[in-house]
Amino acid sequence: MDFVTRGFQGRPRGRDERLPPGQYLTGDFPVLSAGPTPGVDHDEWELWVATEDGTRHTWSWQELMALPAETVTVDIHCVTSWSKLDTEWRGVSLDTLLADVETAADFALVHSYGGYTTNLPLEDLLDGQAWVAYAYDGDDLRPEHGGPARLLVPHLYFWKSAKWVRGIELMLEDSPGFWEQLGYHDYGDPWREQRYQGD
Amino acid sequence: MTLVLDVDGWPGHLPGQHVDVRLTAPDGYTATRSYSVSAPERANRVELTVQRVPDGEVSGFLADGLAVGDAVRLRGPVGGWFVWRPGQPGPVLLVAGGSGVVPVMAMLRARDVGSPPFRLVYSVRDPDDVIYRDELAAIAATDGADVHLVHTRRAPDGDARPTGRLRETDLVAAGWGGDDPPTCYVCGPTGFVESAADLLVGLGHAADRIRTERFGPSGP
Amino acid sequence: MTIPGHPGAEAAYDGNLMAGPLSELFALDVTVAVVRCRGCGSSTEVATLRVYGPDPGLVGRCPGCDDVLLRVVRTPDAVWLDLGGVTSLRVPAPRVAPAGDGDESART
Repeated sequence: MDFVTRGFQGRPRGRDERLPPGQYLTGDFPVLSAGPTPGVDHDEWELWVATEDGTRHTWSWQELMALPAETVTVDIHCVTSWSKLDTEWRGVSLDTLLADVETAADFALVHSYGGYTTNLPLEDLLDGQAWVAYAYDGDDLRPEHGGPARLLVPHLYFWKSAKWVRGIELMLEDSPGFWEQLGYHDYGDPWREQRYQGD
Repeated sequence: MTLVLDVDGWPGHLPGQHVDVRLTAPDGYTATRSYSVSAPERANRVELTVQRVPDGEVSGFLADGLAVGDAVRLRGPVGGWFVWRPGQPGPVLLVAGGSGVVPVMAMLRARDVGSPPFRLVYSVRDPDDVIYRDELAAIAATDGADVHLVHTRRAPDGDARPTGRLRETDLVAAGWGGDDPPTCYVCGPTGFVESAADLLVGLGHAADRIRTERFGPSGP
Repeated sequence: MTIPGHPGAEAAYDGNLMAGPLSELFALDVTVAVVRCRGCGSSTEVATLRVYGPDPGLVGRCPGCDDVLLRVVRTPDAVWLDLGGVTSLRVPAPRVAPAGDGDESART
């Protein structure tokens, strides 16, 4: 560790039992992006799930809207140390989307419009832990926050909740995504502070 | 705010270069920000101009938390693109928006009697936003460099220029851009840099004589 | 699919911001290096890349086609570098005598 800068604390971290270690509370909704914000029309939008044998399932925007939706209130934790409590989202549970998908896969690589990817175990997308969210705080999800739709996996660091989601590739082996290829953790549990590879 | 740091073994720097300042908390948390060096070095003294940003974790600490005699970790000097090398031929046109004036101020301050002509076009929202106001006035009045202030929202009384964003006429001056085309250095928020560079190209400046540095998102 | 000029589509920084992290890896200043984009074939100085970040990492994109050319992440104990988007990196370096001048002794 580098020498400590006398008097420097940074933002107050970890002072709330709902905050994972090293996190600070924010009231804003910071926007982090790795590239231009893709503009995707609802007419052209499509979500796909591809299994390890190449079978593809797709949903148009209208088909997504026709699926049963849930409103969830969750805490979100960004690897850059901000956390935001009690955020309200509306979307379709991955349990619903994956109900008829036959797979032996253990891992998922999530793909976004714009080229972003992120990997996580398939089991973390199931059992009421993940959604394809299209509304935030009662309004349509704004493009800078991932609209028209983003993945929401709030129990993992927020980079796993891919903005502008467009597909989920189910795989037998794990394959690192955009940040996971470059030093970030393959799993990313904020409560175990799994920020980087090796944490 | 100006920060003067004593750095043992400072290798020297070129006008326009920056340093990365890293702060480390007792629990190992670190925060790093880049700041342009604002003046030529004197001995081992490195001068930074830090603009305080609202809720700024690093700039706020540098302004309020750091005491004379405290140590911070520096990385640098770095960056070899947005630099003026004293001795490089040709006049220099500096175009700055907001805190983008800092690295070009280092260039202005590095001039000496043998240096080529300099012109600074500096865009601010209103007169209160001008950094280095007195020094720029003195430079304009006494030692030859031309300083042109662009006010986008509110101009001082008597300013003949109507307020508004940077435009072509701000970048045109007698004796500039003809037989001895300047090297242009453009620094500021991204949107400012893009539009200023476009205006310069439109005025016939060669793209390879325009060097840019983007300082972050454009304000609201 | 992508609508140019969409709000938020603008990179906040450029490759000048990569100078510090890259200085930990390279003895020479890589921001003045010319990179060639694997996607569109255009060449440009690293300093002119459109850079997103700085957190979680620096992502340098081609000013011509927006492809990712270069990424740098600084973790507490490592610098991670991805140059997968470029076909070549040409770094200006101090001039050396051409090979074959006889000063290159064969090692035995």
